[in-house]
Amino acid sequence: MNETIEQQKKTANVKIESKSTDKKQKNTEGRHVFEVEDLNLWYGSDQALYEVSMNVPEQQVTAIIGPSGCGKSTFLKTLNRMVEMVPIVKTSGDIKYRNQNIFGNNFQQEYLRTKVGMVFQKPNPFPKSVYDNVAYGPRIHGIKDKKTLDQIVEKSLKGAAIWDELKDRLDENAYGLSGGQQQRVCIARALAVEPDVILMDEPTSALDPISTAKVEELVQELKKKYSIIIVTHNMQQAARISDKTAFFLNGELVEFAETDDLFQNPRDKRTEDYITGRFG
Amino acid sequence: MDKGLQSEGNVNVQQMIEDKKRSKSLGEIIEKIIPWFLLLCAIVSVLTTAGILFTLLRESIGFFANVSIIDFYTGTDWSPWTGHYGVAPLIGGTLLITLIATLTAVPLGLMSAIFLSEYANDKARRVIKPILEVLAGIPTVVYGYFALTFITPMFQTFIPDLGIFNALSGGFVVGIMIIPMVASLSEDAMNSVPNALREGAYGLGATKFEVVFKVVLPAAFSGIVASIVLAISRAIGETMIVTIAAGATPNLTFNPTDSIQTMTAFIVQAATGDTTFGSTIYYSLYAVGMTLFVFTLVMNLIAQYISRRFREEY
Repeated sequence: MNETIEQQKKTANVKIESKSTDKKQKNTEGRHVFEVEDLNLWYGSDQALYEVSMNVPEQQVTAIIGPSGCGKSTFLKTLNRMVEMVPIVKTSGDIKYRNQNIFGNNFQQEYLRTKVGMVFQKPNPFPKSVYDNVAYGPRIHGIKDKKTLDQIVEKSLKGAAIWDELKDRLDENAYGLSGGQQQRVCIARALAVEPDVILMDEPTSALDPISTAKVEELVQELKKKYSIIIVTHNMQQAARISDKTAFFLNGELVEFAETDDLFQNPRDKRTEDYITGRFG
Repeated sequence: MDKGLQSEGNVNVQQMIEDKKRSKSLGEIIEKIIPWFLLLCAIVSVLTTAGILFTLLRESIGFFANVSIIDFYTGTDWSPWTGHYGVAPLIGGTLLITLIATLTAVPLGLMSAIFLSEYANDKARRVIKPILEVLAGIPTVVYGYFALTFITPMFQTFIPDLGIFNALSGGFVVGIMIIPMVASLSEDAMNSVPNALREGAYGLGATKFEVVFKVVLPAAFSGIVASIVLAISRAIGETMIVTIAAGATPNLTFNPTDSIQTMTAFIVQAATGDTTFGSTIYYSLYAVGMTLFVFTLVMNLIAQYISRRFREEY
């Protein structure tokens, strides 16, 4: 299974690179990591998502924007089934991750989450050393060899662009780091299990502008290897870093298009109102 | 609803505050007295502790004038009615009870805490937690009879030569008594682990078991250890259960089926018997009490040290 996915990835890579000059064509021909169809979601009797259908492209940054409470975080957490940690959640509709139905009976949540990593709104490192934080994922999946772990930790911290800052502080408690460093350690922690997709839930909303810039830069770097879906309430951020943007309003997906198109020629009146700052 | 609270009259809040300020003599006095009153209340408990410590020390010194302190702590024969004051059997009895109680309470209490904090749904928690807390409210004398008349006969079906009075059932029931303490304090510690940490681990594909045992437990470690040490120090001081169920035989033994006597049980025995005021036995109460006090004090200090030393900051 994994091999075929790797192959798919490689072929997809080639395709995207060859067509990268023509964005629209890439969009129609690129592969999808997620195919969402008619997704409805309820918290108890309150419906939070209405008939959401969208395809998330591979190895691009997909931004999800919308006012508070519009369901963008809920939608993101549905993709790795974290939303089900709230016991009263009910869903209908289909989500396919690389052609596998994630709601299927014999589809394991834990497997999904090793493929679909997540970075949260507030940095949430474990109260352990930097090293143990990054090594946590590989360890629970059975990697015990110290040398292998050393390699994974170094590679992941480098991947999260924080190795140079922290290479001499690996034994320090991650809680002693600054917020921006903590968030990048959390990104490194997610990278350590070598996921396929990374979900980011407003990853910079708790950070200062400099740390935000570093994380945004990192996202650009990461999309070479990973597919990224990022929820943000900052429209400039979406415009800066994403390839495609989805606009959610009151639990509905109003518009989903190339980021440039969506911001320059919004097709829906509500999108236009939102991006021009008439509400939200 | 739409009428509003009152028809708008001429209300001038600033004016009312001014008026209040001018007539505040009583309020002013109360403001001044309250801190002193509160301080007095706080001092009462400090003074009580100091008083107990002073009495224990003074009477112990009286005792050690008659019995050498070296004999007291190194002797292995405790039979005060024949003049032998080696406290080791009493300490041994206390430690044996404490050990059995700890072995009972820590696994059961910790597992209950993990269940309540991490696995139970709201319904189960609402039922189980109050029941567990009732366990803490049962008078210890009831526990004592429970040990003597139910637990001991039950154990005797497995261990035929178990005596009526034995350390095993006494210690076991002391353990049951301190389960709520371990469970409820450990649960508090686990509950205060932020959910963001759990989410972080789930997000990496961790199973529930891995989240609980590799994230939540380590993060709550200091609180859990503190709860265990506090429970142990409660077990050390427990009196009625061991007096009723564990017997009154100062044996220096680590065989849990034997009858033993703890420090507390001896104090009960000597204080309720016809011990003459001023006799050496009478004074020995204080020496034993002092020793007990040192034990629990040390346990409490250890608890404080551990909870500071191993705190995982979050």
